[in-house]
Amino acid sequence: MKRTPGRRRLLQRSFAAGASLLLSACDRLTLNQPFSDLMKNAQWLSRAAQDRLAGPHALAQEFSPAEIREPFRPNGTLMPAGAAYQALLADGFAHWRLRVDGLVRTPLDLSLTQLRAMPRRTQITRHDCVEGWSCIGQWSGVQLARVLAQAQPMPRARYVVFHCADQMEEGDPGSLYYESIDLDDAFHPQTLLAFELNGRALPVENGAPLRLRVERQLGYKHAKYVMRVELVESFAQLHGGQGGYWEDQGYEWYAGI
Amino acid sequence: MNRPDPDPADRRIYRHRLPVRVMHWINVVCMTILLMSGLQIFNAHPALYWGRDSEFTRPWLSMNVRQREGRPTGVTTVAGRSYDTDGVLGRSQVNGQPAARGFPAWATIPGPQWLAMGRRWHFFFAWIFVANGAAYLLYTIFSGHLRRDLLPTGWELRHIGSSLRDHFLLRHPTGEAARRYNVLQNIAYLLVVFVLVPLLVIAGMGMSPTLNSVFPGWVDWLGGRQSARSIHFIVAMAVLAFVLIHLFEVIVNGVWNELRSMITGYYRLPRSREGEGR
Repeated sequence: MKRTPGRRRLLQRSFAAGASLLLSACDRLTLNQPFSDLMKNAQWLSRAAQDRLAGPHALAQEFSPAEIREPFRPNGTLMPAGAAYQALLADGFAHWRLRVDGLVRTPLDLSLTQLRAMPRRTQITRHDCVEGWSCIGQWSGVQLARVLAQAQPMPRARYVVFHCADQMEEGDPGSLYYESIDLDDAFHPQTLLAFELNGRALPVENGAPLRLRVERQLGYKHAKYVMRVELVESFAQLHGGQGGYWEDQGYEWYAGI
Repeated sequence: MNRPDPDPADRRIYRHRLPVRVMHWINVVCMTILLMSGLQIFNAHPALYWGRDSEFTRPWLSMNVRQREGRPTGVTTVAGRSYDTDGVLGRSQVNGQPAARGFPAWATIPGPQWLAMGRRWHFFFAWIFVANGAAYLLYTIFSGHLRRDLLPTGWELRHIGSSLRDHFLLRHPTGEAARRYNVLQNIAYLLVVFVLVPLLVIAGMGMSPTLNSVFPGWVDWLGGRQSARSIHFIVAMAVLAFVLIHLFEVIVNGVWNELRSMITGYYRLPRSREGEGR
């Protein structure tokens, strides 16, 4: 079959038209709420498949001290704004208390000293940011399971919500960082309320005085500057209703992928 | 597409069965979206590393903006050597404004930088791609497609040299020889189906922190999570190269005949060369 110049031009034009049509169609579909929500629901398929493969007890890989990378790369808020946090920071968090409440029988107020006095776990793990990079660091803290055992969650509790001190947009109290995890992750042995990084007190840029480590999920789940741990049945009434600051911005609640 | 055939019967063959045609086009949609949304995800941190984590000062590939002769310039650095790729890689126009970004807006889904949506596209179509790929593998093995059409014969393998020469000279099988995939085609398809795509999927899974915990340490078989990310990228580029060569071959072999055969299933065997009077 011979090709004529006319055919070739037609072909070139249809490729160019097809490409730009594809791009604008995809951008329009991205803004189409039902389609975008449909795509977002793939996370539940991923969660079910990964749960089946890994199970609730599988451990994240741990590394040797030689593999620790310093400095540990911080991301998101590096210094929470506002007088309240500055006041806590000024006296080395002596007046800071972790509030544990919501659907618990025994609400708690724990000081940093009390947390440090509890049995601790130290683990060298890899932090995987949703952006794509990874950084290995050593975390020490209290297993969240121990704190929850003291607080005694009620049977209705299904999620643990972490309320943080940092506003993602300065001066907007509605932009306080928060995150949520399910009870499988909450009771996982590697899930820590960490107060040390690489053998030293947690630096401000990495979430002082206390941050979450939830090692089988991406970095945005690992809430920094944790002020309050709340047990809830549903997070639909909190902030944007998606279970976390970045989830409210469109990221998946399930961050195991 | 169903024009009256001037020279019917003997030259028209039924080449692609319905399942292969359907799966082929599902694959086209998935691979296009996966590539472009993957580049969007890459752009969130346009640097690649080897190893378990990121040695931030030593990526083997990175795209960023640097000052060159007093002007911001898009630069791509590969294995320590920097290249000016302004306008395409490192820095390009988004809605008429220059922006620091790895791949340009025309290569990503969505066009503007939007990681959350890039991930939605990627993972939704990854599921369809994997389901389609699994269906294809089952079909290809159990229908005899693999044995009949994809595996080259010993004779073909021994004459691979002449097939290579024919490809470089853009001479294509005609008549009876055009009934079968040629040997280079066989090898390319087998490589993509049984090596590249499985490696692509496994390296993609190697980036999932939850899947990493299935057997802690399995991702070290790939060299660690950051190596998995690099492998995912490199293999995606290899599959893209395959697609480009595939499209080139489709064009030089006669777009309409090839397209029709993948839509209706019917392929018209090219006349043997003697009759063509080149």
